[in-house]
Amino acid sequence: MEWRSKARQAASKTLATLAYTVPIVLGVLALASLLAAAVPPRVLSELLPMESALGPLFGAVLGSVAAGHPVTSYVLAGELNAAGASLATTTALIISWVTVGIIHLPAEAAILGTRFAIWRNAICFVLAIAMGCAVTFLMSLGP
Amino acid sequence: MDVGREKTNNARQAMRAWLFLFFVAGVFAVTALFSPAVASRALVSFGSLLTRIVPALALVFCLIFLANLFLERKWLAKYLGKTSGVRGWALAVMCGILSVGPLHAWYPLLGDLKAKGMSSALVATFLYARALKLPLLPLMVHYFGVEFTVTLSLCIITFSVLNGLLVRRIVA
Repeated sequence: MEWRSKARQAASKTLATLAYTVPIVLGVLALASLLAAAVPPRVLSELLPMESALGPLFGAVLGSVAAGHPVTSYVLAGELNAAGASLATTTALIISWVTVGIIHLPAEAAILGTRFAIWRNAICFVLAIAMGCAVTFLMSLGP
Repeated sequence: MDVGREKTNNARQAMRAWLFLFFVAGVFAVTALFSPAVASRALVSFGSLLTRIVPALALVFCLIFLANLFLERKWLAKYLGKTSGVRGWALAVMCGILSVGPLHAWYPLLGDLKAKGMSSALVATFLYARALKLPLLPLMVHYFGVEFTVTLSLCIITFSVLNGLLVRRIVA
């Protein structure tokens, strides 16, 4: 009997979470689709000077605003690499694509807290550029 | 927090969430009015994202139900709280790497666990470790080679802990 009441309580708490997270997640998905349709990441990458010294910064910017499956970031990074973008740029793009989410920010802020969401994304943005440099350095040590 | 106040807070949060969804639907409608091609492309993309997120969301809500049923604050504080130590970091990194589905599908569970005592640093570590996607490693090897894939994977694990430490220092 006590177990049943515990299960009912757990189900009610889960439904309460569902009631406020599902509309946020759906809204963010719709916004992401709209942005990706209006400004595809490929078009954005053509607008930004990815081959310049500031490439890692632009790579991180592109990855932060882009939304979609991570596979897309690999394909885009591969194309940019072939076009002359540095390894640091492509790494920053791949990492920021999955760790920074400007479009997901409203959902993250609503569910995990505004201060947490803003700082986490800001730190991840800086770390994406830092990782680009770290990977380039580590790769240069290889044979 | 008493039950009545918690219910009012939940209702207020749900109301704000639905208002946000209606606002986005409005933006969609305005876009459809001025640029039907963009709206149509967006709708197709939304459908494809939705089919990807629904299974992950279903899994996440099952986990939330189980967490509400079995997880006690004391247990959570011990294994994923501020004083969980190396075990907590290792658990967050491992769960992040093994988690599947889109990032935003995991927000509800993490929000729930955070409210129960999971530290912000470990939430951030979990989210960062998700950058290492095991099923996509062969594809990464195909595009960038083994050396790059191994280096990047090790960097992701290291940086996920660094990210957690920075979040703890700045946010907590």
